[in-house]
Amino acid sequence: MNTVATVSKVFIAFQDNEEARPVVEAILADNPQADAVYSPGLVKINAPGHLVVRRATIEEQTGRPFDLQQIHVNLVTLSGHIDEDDDQFTLSWNQ
Amino acid sequence: MDTRVTKKKLGLKERYAAMTRGLAWDTTYQPMDKVFPFDRYEGIKIHDWEKWEDPFRLTMDAYWKYQGEKERKLYAVIEAFAQNNGQLGVADARYINALKIFIQAVTPLEYMAHRGFAHVGRHFTGAGARVAAQMQSVDELRHFQTETHAISHYNKYFNGMHNASHWYDRVWYLAVPKSFFEDAMSGGPFEFLTAVSFSFEYVLTNLLFVPFMSGAAHNGDMSTVTFGFSAQSDESRHMTLGIECIKFMLEQDPANVPIVQRWIDKWFWRGYRLLTIVAMMQDYMLPKRVMSWKEAWEMYAEENGGALFKDLARYGIRLPKGWEIACEGKDHISHQAWNAFYNFAAAAPFHTWVPTDEELNWLSEKYPDSFDQYYRPRLEFYRERQQAGHRYYSKTLPMLCTTCQIPMFFTEPGDPTKICYRETTHGGDKYHFCSDGCKHIFEQEPEKYVQSWLPVHQIYQGHCFKPGVDPTQPGFDPLAAVLDWYDLNVGRDNFDFEGSEDQRNFATWRGDAPQAGSAKKGGAA
Ligand SMILES: [Fe+2]
Ligand SMILES: [Fe+2]
Repeated sequence: MNTVATVSKVFIAFQDNEEARPVVEAILADNPQADAVYSPGLVKINAPGHLVVRRATIEEQTGRPFDLQQIHVNLVTLSGHIDEDDDQFTLSWNQ
Repeated sequence: MDTRVTKKKLGLKERYAAMTRGLAWDTTYQPMDKVFPFDRYEGIKIHDWEKWEDPFRLTMDAYWKYQGEKERKLYAVIEAFAQNNGQLGVADARYINALKIFIQAVTPLEYMAHRGFAHVGRHFTGAGARVAAQMQSVDELRHFQTETHAISHYNKYFNGMHNASHWYDRVWYLAVPKSFFEDAMSGGPFEFLTAVSFSFEYVLTNLLFVPFMSGAAHNGDMSTVTFGFSAQSDESRHMTLGIECIKFMLEQDPANVPIVQRWIDKWFWRGYRLLTIVAMMQDYMLPKRVMSWKEAWEMYAEENGGALFKDLARYGIRLPKGWEIACEGKDHISHQAWNAFYNFAAAAPFHTWVPTDEELNWLSEKYPDSFDQYYRPRLEFYRERQQAGHRYYSKTLPMLCTTCQIPMFFTEPGDPTKICYRETTHGGDKYHFCSDGCKHIFEQEPEKYVQSWLPVHQIYQGHCFKPGVDPTQPGFDPLAAVLDWYDLNVGRDNFDFEGSEDQRNFATWRGDAPQAGSAKKGGAA
């Protein structure tokens, strides 16, 4: 009986490595409501209701162009409905 | 809000549409129903396949590019691991037994998934679903291969891995994953996606790949964590296929809702039962722990699954049947499974052991409501018996559940001291089950499950001996004959970790003090 009391959380997790680091930092910068939890080899970012990954923010972090589909390489898992275009990738629940 | 200013190039969505849609056609020489005989008989009504969504919008060229990149990274790690004798850097040789179960029980499922998705990728009439299933089929073949490559390095040094695909078709506990997947593959294509992509991958697979692989990293196994996370990076796409397929069916026709709910009920329970072995691996087979099965269940099933089903409620979908019982089981199933394997360690090609005191303390702390009361005393008793020279091995055959094929070791909801037995009669025969969930699944499709290849029944019927074996001869040892038919190296692949060849070799290779007992190493970090 453990349905979530308030807003459902979405999450996205990456391998904890140098390639994923600017993506993680960009997500934390763009989503003040999100928190990152580290366990060996892994970083999992949770956010209530919704979370956005913005290409522009990642590019600011690294100073070079980034194709959002590159996140597939270090992506471990996620949860929520996905909407993706060239500039952003969002996760959300309808409630 | 989705449309953006058009740039010189097509945007992702337009590009994806241009490269994937309008590529299918209706057949004219033969009627569509004859060419695609499977995508209607399940009763799922589809009015417009164009509504199928692929949120990742991965085109084939991008797919190959990123998959190639994943492979290069992975094989660099596997190579380095082999060159540096990484197998000696793992926390403790007991850990290797988790990899044995992985290559025996999980890797063959990757291959089955490859075949299953190739099959449904051929049989949907919708091109979007076909493309997604075909990509996944290629992914699954990759998982099978990378796991085989990564673990083959361990196979050079340790027992219990040399015959994995042979065992998959024969060994009693491997009938559990095998029957799960064959059940899914012998359903129609929509049931297959509900079973594998949604119920297993979306709702449950995080429990296998995420905390367990993080645990592998923690135990110094960089090879496994890398193939694990590399496989799991495809899983995000697979999980998305699962949820999109569910939403698509539910949106296409309200008459689909009860069918989908019935499948979700069935496959949640099948998947939950299958994961029992993962629960055990996580709590007992990782010498250095990351999180308990119970914590993983709370994070990935209760919290995340809860969010998912709350979201799907708008379609009239509710939590799967048996959800509450599964949540109650988080305090028990890993301990009950380890107990069963400890007792049947003569008949399984991996080692078991009693955890060290430090590990028992960790379990007590993680399971305050169950471990000290029900499970710790039993393990301490086993240790006492073993130290007195009486390590017990059960040589009889357990009764199996007709549906999940797991021995009857699960307890009654609400009473962890009483084994749960259920039965039903069909066609004049009696069938036995581990739970209401498994009994219910049987009763929905009895004609399917009466055909189950139940290892214990097969042994009793004499189908699990090598040709020429005479079970009527005096002094016949049925277990020895079955293990011979398995091609299991008795004395090397099976029995307790204490005193095993793996234990001895690992200590010698590492230059550890020989034979001081495994108890000094490991423990919570
Ligand atoms: Fe896979
Ligand atoms: Fe069962």
